[in-house]
Amino acid sequence: MSNTKFSKEHEWITLDGEVGTIGITKHATEMLGDIVFAELPEKGSNVEKDGTAGVVESTKAASDVYTPVSGEVVEINQSIVDDPSKINADPEGGAWFFKLKLKDKSELDTLMNKEEYDKFAKETSA
Amino acid sequence: MNIKKTALYELHKKHNAKFVEFAGYSMPIQYSKGIVKEHNITRNKSGIFDVSHMGQLFIKYSNEITDKLQKILPTDLKNLKINQSKYSFLMKENGGIYDDLIITRMKDQYMIILNAACKQNDLQIIKNKLDDQNLDMNNNLSLVAIQGPESKTILENVVSNVSKLKFMNGENFSFKNNEIFITRSGYTGEDGFEISLPNNVAIYFVEELISKGSTLIGLGARDTLRLEAGLCLYGHDINENTSPVEANLKWAISKNRINDNFIGSHQIKKQIEEGVSKLRVGIKPETRVIARESTKIFDEKDNEIGKVTSGTFGPSVNASIAMGYISNSHSKTDTKVYLEVRGKKVPANICDLPFYKKSYVKGEANV
Repeated sequence: MSNTKFSKEHEWITLDGEVGTIGITKHATEMLGDIVFAELPEKGSNVEKDGTAGVVESTKAASDVYTPVSGEVVEINQSIVDDPSKINADPEGGAWFFKLKLKDKSELDTLMNKEEYDKFAKETSA
Repeated sequence: MNIKKTALYELHKKHNAKFVEFAGYSMPIQYSKGIVKEHNITRNKSGIFDVSHMGQLFIKYSNEITDKLQKILPTDLKNLKINQSKYSFLMKENGGIYDDLIITRMKDQYMIILNAACKQNDLQIIKNKLDDQNLDMNNNLSLVAIQGPESKTILENVVSNVSKLKFMNGENFSFKNNEIFITRSGYTGEDGFEISLPNNVAIYFVEELISKGSTLIGLGARDTLRLEAGLCLYGHDINENTSPVEANLKWAISKNRINDNFIGSHQIKKQIEEGVSKLRVGIKPETRVIARESTKIFDEKDNEIGKVTSGTFGPSVNASIAMGYISNSHSKTDTKVYLEVRGKKVPANICDLPFYKKSYVKGEANV
């Protein structure tokens, strides 16, 4: 996932042309525990960098999902709403959350690469 | 304040427990399998719970003590048979609940199991009412629950003849030459047992249960299990501002004691005769949205009519479930209500408790 960037709120984004696919990291799912509920932004809606763009709930608590960049939601992954346990099973693959048509690609520069994120995740969970 | 540890702490650690502070104790919230798997293991096989943080109070039996305890508890103790247990409450004069408890009549003493967060306050009240300042909880004992359909067979392999126990009955048994007391009870909606045993054999005992096929389960799954079973968690679903009548736990007040004198009896009698304005009910949201504690409940005209006291996702019912207090006028089963979650109104229906009911094999103990 060299093409993938990470946020401090534990989201990942992979860019393919103008469209970024966004999900939450494996590290985030490990902290949350078993995810039993997911709520996604509406298709066609516009989201702002670092704004709320969904919710996940584990058996323990609710957590907001933030979008690491701004843009228009062009696709959502209904399968994780129907079966949220998929998020624990494959968080950085099939269990992506939504796809965005990016407003400003330069926002990606504010995010971390894999190595930086792994270090960040390790430090913040210690 | 120092965080207390139970005698099983090192065993929890060995099994990769994630710990959480609960009522002053460092307790396992979950192990490496996670809450949902632990929940399902208990429903389908067998799970072990460390509940040693709960208070174990023993009071020497006499007719005089029975009379005095009847002035505190709404339970018919005079007809409680040797080895029989009852669910009961310690109440305030206004009927509010200080604690819910299990009292067992043993041969020459009463055993009372108290909630961890309440036990010191409970002890003080009981000491004062019994006029016995020397009364104390037994801190040399651990309390372990084993719950789920395979538990009977597993425990029988460790303690012979335990499967003859009937539901809400107990007896003395022995483990490695130590006397232990086992009751057939629990708080998961499953068939199971609770074992009171000396701290110094607790780890060996639990390791034997594990070797026979049971699994350690954390407080996280204990919460989803008890909520599916419609059982109250003290401090959430019942507290000093809710009475047993409001909590729909009137069944635990012995019928022949309603006209007696015990703490709170005046208010209880009044509430039974005149009814109450709020009632604890089961609530089932129409979507998977979880309505957690303090979620406001509204009627169709947007009037606030109650609050959620416990809410989670129930793995065995595969749905969001909650309990809460609602105005009596809206407490009927199938009444449509709305839950305010993150600013949105989620439709939900009042439903019967429990959410999850076990179908028992004939002749088995019933929960």
